[in-house]
Amino acid sequence: MKVKQVSVFLENRAGRMAEVARLLGENDINIRALSIADTANFGILRLIVNDVVRAENVFREAGFTVDLTDVIAIEVPDTPGGLASILDTLNQAGFSIEYLYAFVEKSAGKAVVVFRFEDTEAVLKVINTLGIRALTAEQVYAM
Amino acid sequence: MIFEEKYECMDRAALRALQGKRLCETVERAYHKVPFYKRKLDEIGLTPADIRGIEDIVKLPFTVKDDFRREYPFGLFSVPMKDIVRLHASSGTTGKPTVVGYTKGDVTTWGRCAARTLACGGGTADDILQNAYGYGLFTGGLGLHYGGETLGATVIPMSGGNSKKQLMLMQDFGTTLLSCTPSYALQLAEVAEEEGMDFKAFKLKAGFFGAEPWTEEMRIQIEQKLNLKAIDIYGLSEVTGPGVASECLEQTGLHVFEDHFYPEIIDPETGQPVAPGQQGELVFTCISKQAMPLLRYRTRDITSLIEEPCPCGRTSRKMRRVTGRTDDMLIIRGVNVFPSQIESVLMSVEGTEPHYVIVVDRSGTMDDLEIRVEVCRENFSDEVRKLEDLRQRIRHEIHSVLGLHATISLMEPKSIERSLGKAVRVIDSRATANKKA
Repeated sequence: MKVKQVSVFLENRAGRMAEVARLLGENDINIRALSIADTANFGILRLIVNDVVRAENVFREAGFTVDLTDVIAIEVPDTPGGLASILDTLNQAGFSIEYLYAFVEKSAGKAVVVFRFEDTEAVLKVINTLGIRALTAEQVYAM
Repeated sequence: MIFEEKYECMDRAALRALQGKRLCETVERAYHKVPFYKRKLDEIGLTPADIRGIEDIVKLPFTVKDDFRREYPFGLFSVPMKDIVRLHASSGTTGKPTVVGYTKGDVTTWGRCAARTLACGGGTADDILQNAYGYGLFTGGLGLHYGGETLGATVIPMSGGNSKKQLMLMQDFGTTLLSCTPSYALQLAEVAEEEGMDFKAFKLKAGFFGAEPWTEEMRIQIEQKLNLKAIDIYGLSEVTGPGVASECLEQTGLHVFEDHFYPEIIDPETGQPVAPGQQGELVFTCISKQAMPLLRYRTRDITSLIEEPCPCGRTSRKMRRVTGRTDDMLIIRGVNVFPSQIESVLMSVEGTEPHYVIVVDRSGTMDDLEIRVEVCRENFSDEVRKLEDLRQRIRHEIHSVLGLHATISLMEPKSIERSLGKAVRVIDSRATANKKA
């Protein structure tokens, strides 16, 4: 149920994100979800795409520093308090979250949120017992 | 193997006598054949007869880079042009280049000294040398080329650039020795990694790296990445080119081929010799050169000499790795900073590739020091916190070494210009900042 996120290092300069978006478009790569963490000095782009291997190669060939990160895509009830209940459960189970961001698309009344945990493996071991539904990689890339 | 044991392992007293004899002949020739030297000696009331042995060398006036410019192009030659068989010139960043000439005998001596260099790093006639120094007016290419041939090795005259082809031939030809600048060696490692090539499958055993300052930390990186022994070599065109000094396999300093190039260390401020073993500016006198006798040439390189005997058997004195240049020293907020110090820090902070540039600017009256460092696969993280940690560690280390606060900027790979020759590591914008103000 691990999902591969494409993580890219970006310099903080005007037009850089547009170049990235164009690069992906030209190579027929579709963005499923994205988030940018930025500081005054640099940014880290995190992407969920339809074709991870291709995206990694495209970035590498274009000279970017790129890495693949294991994340978990979790289904969240699309109602007020839906995310809060999931976070409570994870918190009570003692898992710490590095960051999270939401999917652009929804699946039948559910929202999908990407979680980056400190210890992904530990979360995966018990996630089914917590009553939380994680999507498979195939489901996510095909969304 | 020691290429010229007779000279490289000469008894110290006999060597001193030989140096004295050669110095006397050189001063005699310089005085009578080069008007520039006659003028310089006359000015201080010195005649060739005052130079009786090597200890008298301190009486002689210095020669500096500007003298080459003033005597451009052939004013320092001591033989007619019919005896000059080769010219080289170093790229002048400002104005005219520095021109040097060689007689047939000088070319032979140079080849033998460059062969000594290769033998110092374990090279023999059985080796295949891939020479990736630039060929042309720059002495690096032809210097190592002739050295390789004199040694009897097989020379591949690659010159710089075209990294993919370099790697292909290196693998196909079974190259055992590589010569290039240390920054180009790291670039080759980078390209090999991109191409999925593994140096463990190569036959490289030693690399000869010089023409720009580098550090011990950089040596460790090069040795690990290229799977070879990295030998520090030294030379400059004014003196002859590569083949002035070289490390042996002990890697504890560079043997100066002092039967041809007599080294001194002086205080760059006063011009006086420093105490033995002390650091200062390296000065060379060419005591065997025919085309261009060179008296007490100030190299502007900062180093010190090691007098202790070397386990390798060579008796020549060694110079320590050049740590900087009197002219690339930056003075930032009153602190003397050598780019090599910053490089050392970057290499010691785990995971930082040695691709960096130092930017010095001025805001108001304060100097701002910025160090731009490339983020590579090894030090990248998807978490902001970890990249901020990397910046803080570099900043902290720079402060503990230099006592200066620097801004650390993380850059995308390849955003810092790679050069095939000498790496441009410093951008000092303070002069223009002042003009604007």
